[in-house]
Amino acid sequence: MIEVENLHFIYPSNVEALKGISLNIRDGEFVAIMGQNGAGKTTLVKHFNGLLKPSRGFVKINSIETTKTSVAELAKNIGFVFQNPDHQLFSETVEEEIAFALKNFGFKEEVVKKRIDWAMNLLGLSQYRDTSPFLLSGGERKRVALASVLAWNPNTLILDEPTIGQDHRQKENLRQFIIQMQTQKKTIVMVTHDVEFVAECNPRVLLMRDGEIIADGKGTDILTNQELLTKSSIVLPQIAQIFQELSCFGLPQNIIDIYDAKNILIQILEKKK
Amino acid sequence: MSVFDGLKFRKVSSPIHNLDPRIKFFYVIVIFFSAILFNQIIVLLTLFLMTIPFVLLAHVQKEWLRSLRGAAFLAFFIFIVNIASSYFTSGYSLTANQIESAIAMTLRFIVLAGSFSVFFLTTSPDHLGLALEQSHVPYEFAFAFTTAVRFVPVLAEEAQTIMDAQKARGLEMEKGSFLKKIRNYIPVLIPLIVSSIRRSLELAEAMESRAWGATKKRTNLYELKLHRGDIGLLIISIMILIAAVFTHFYVTIPSISQILFGT
Amino acid sequence: MLSNNKKNFNKSNLIIITSFKKDALLKQARNMSIIETKDLTYTYPGGKFPSIKNISMEIRKGEFVLITGPSGCGKTTLCRCFNGLIPNFYQGEIKGEIIVTGLNPLKKQTHEMAKNVGLVFQNPENQLFALSVEKDVAFGLENIGMRREEIRQRVDWALKQVEIYDLRERSPHEISGGQQQRVAIASVLAMQPKLIVLDEPTSFLDPLSAEKIFSIIYEMNKKLGITVVLVEHRLDLTAKYASRIIIMDQGKICLDGKPRKILNTQETRLLGVGIPKATLLYQELLEDKIALSNEIPLCSEELANFLKEQLKTK
Repeated sequence: MIEVENLHFIYPSNVEALKGISLNIRDGEFVAIMGQNGAGKTTLVKHFNGLLKPSRGFVKINSIETTKTSVAELAKNIGFVFQNPDHQLFSETVEEEIAFALKNFGFKEEVVKKRIDWAMNLLGLSQYRDTSPFLLSGGERKRVALASVLAWNPNTLILDEPTIGQDHRQKENLRQFIIQMQTQKKTIVMVTHDVEFVAECNPRVLLMRDGEIIADGKGTDILTNQELLTKSSIVLPQIAQIFQELSCFGLPQNIIDIYDAKNILIQILEKKK
Repeated sequence: MSVFDGLKFRKVSSPIHNLDPRIKFFYVIVIFFSAILFNQIIVLLTLFLMTIPFVLLAHVQKEWLRSLRGAAFLAFFIFIVNIASSYFTSGYSLTANQIESAIAMTLRFIVLAGSFSVFFLTTSPDHLGLALEQSHVPYEFAFAFTTAVRFVPVLAEEAQTIMDAQKARGLEMEKGSFLKKIRNYIPVLIPLIVSSIRRSLELAEAMESRAWGATKKRTNLYELKLHRGDIGLLIISIMILIAAVFTHFYVTIPSISQILFGT
Repeated sequence: MLSNNKKNFNKSNLIIITSFKKDALLKQARNMSIIETKDLTYTYPGGKFPSIKNISMEIRKGEFVLITGPSGCGKTTLCRCFNGLIPNFYQGEIKGEIIVTGLNPLKKQTHEMAKNVGLVFQNPENQLFALSVEKDVAFGLENIGMRREEIRQRVDWALKQVEIYDLRERSPHEISGGQQQRVAIASVLAMQPKLIVLDEPTSFLDPLSAEKIFSIIYEMNKKLGITVVLVEHRLDLTAKYASRIIIMDQGKICLDGKPRKILNTQETRLLGVGIPKATLLYQELLEDKIALSNEIPLCSEELANFLKEQLKTK
């Protein structure tokens, strides 16, 4: 459970990045944090695993304040997957790379072996066990980074811009992966500006602007609110754009899913006949 | 890091900032040369005080003092070493002359540090790069310099991100023996180095794609032109140079001990 | 017309003027085509398989060509063939023939190609090296030794084309990713090339900045007549601008044609290409026997218009 109360954060350069954020994320929730570059999204999630500590207000993870514990302690429960996998990879083999965190957290030898196998299996990396991560393709390196964070099975996953540079199929795989994580009751926090992807996942959406949360609710409500989205420099998802053009015909204005759209249109067009 | 803070350029506009870097550099060299010519504390102090009007005109007092504070440690070290060597090599005794000599050495260093500091504080990296380009330094070097400066903030941010990423995987940088602490830097250094190599490749691709090496007679969007202020500083520098050489050969300046004790 | 070939001639290789080259050079001298390749095959040094295989294609002047396909299909490799980075920068093994803007990239140096072909890369930060925006835009022109006054004119013109003239004295690190990419485009535009190739230029950008980039590219194509080759995944934002879509997979060209035709085929869907949602919705309705119009929509505006027509007749 992530509790944030009146969180203010000022960078050493005197820039106030977070201006009084309050929110709760319950276990097992899937939340997308959206907003323009500079809105404070990454700054906010870096407070969840203690990389940043509040200037004012507090952040509690499972009722413990982040200021009262270390990043390594918090990391045991919160896995943070950074945007660029090349900022993490440094080992000689994929196996060693995945073992890194497990060894840091003091897992026993046998457990380390089992967890590495599990993580590689999950992400289809078993054939690369002894390969150098630097020789793999971009998509494969992303999977190695993901595996190395999943390996210690944290109950919360923070994904920072996971869809950047991914093609359609890779995004589909990511979406399936998130669904799989959800069935394992993991809490998922995703920082992204990819509206189409969020529309396909339909999570809870937190919209940020200038260090504040300006909206918090269902994807279908927030991603279809033109006013909100303009304020935070985000575009409507395609389906919502279409329905917005047709608002004068009385079409519902909270549709973001293509199959919902299809069903509604069929109904309306059939009625005409 | 305070020494480096003292050398960092800030975007301010002042008459000193606008001077041609080549002339400013010539002035600094003249001061350097004069400082070497003389042993007498009076002269060295004068040279040091001559830097102060530049500092004030450029409004960089705070940063300049910070850089001097950084240099102070090294200055003190120089003083101690000089005193110690005089003490031991002249049979465990110290004359006033030797002390003065040590002070002179230290002052010489401070004059140098002070004037170079003003130079870097009042010269933007682009200005400096431009000066390099137009001083017949091979373009590759000037380009390497400006590109390096351009990417310093990028590298710094990246280093921070990498550290965060590894900390988020349980890496604890402060814990462990000295040896372990050094080994803890490997997960930070390797991604940084790999990333830098990748970046250089991408940069090289971009350079090639924009006709790098098309001709040896490269032109420039900007041109450094000498203005009145530059000519003025040039004249002042030459005058100082002449005065220094003349004084060195024809004028005897007393040392402090000579003034105080008449020896 | 064959004088280009004469310049190419040097002692170390007798150039076999194939009929392909002769035709291609002729066509490009008459400004009819911009890119022609025949059986182009390339393997990176140390690579086991070719990254592109037997690519034969022709791109005409003024076209706006969208190249897409799953990761690893060879699109990036192909881009680098167009401006000579392959084979000059990358070495490796290349076979086949290619003529771009009347020049042979296999024989010319990259800097010779650079006057005619501009290449914009994926990462905004790593293609800007100067300490100010306008110095970066001037970089290419400085390299070819242009006169200062002319550089100044071209730089100002290019900056205004991409609408960042007021940012010209800023440092590249201070501006946003979208603005950086616009600087990159300006610096390529300043050379006034006949062809601009862009390799996933909006990968790192948010949708709003991406849209801005695409509309600028479209303007360049329409107003200035510059041929555009754009490699992209985001078909929902770009399909409406393209005059032609090429889909690649595993180093080969699988599909090549007008957007409305290409996006309507089953093969496209199977290749895992991200078809615009508007197009998908149209096709879904079609499956339920609802035909909204005769041609498929490429973007949400078009589909919305089709629906409006249908609903108006209520």
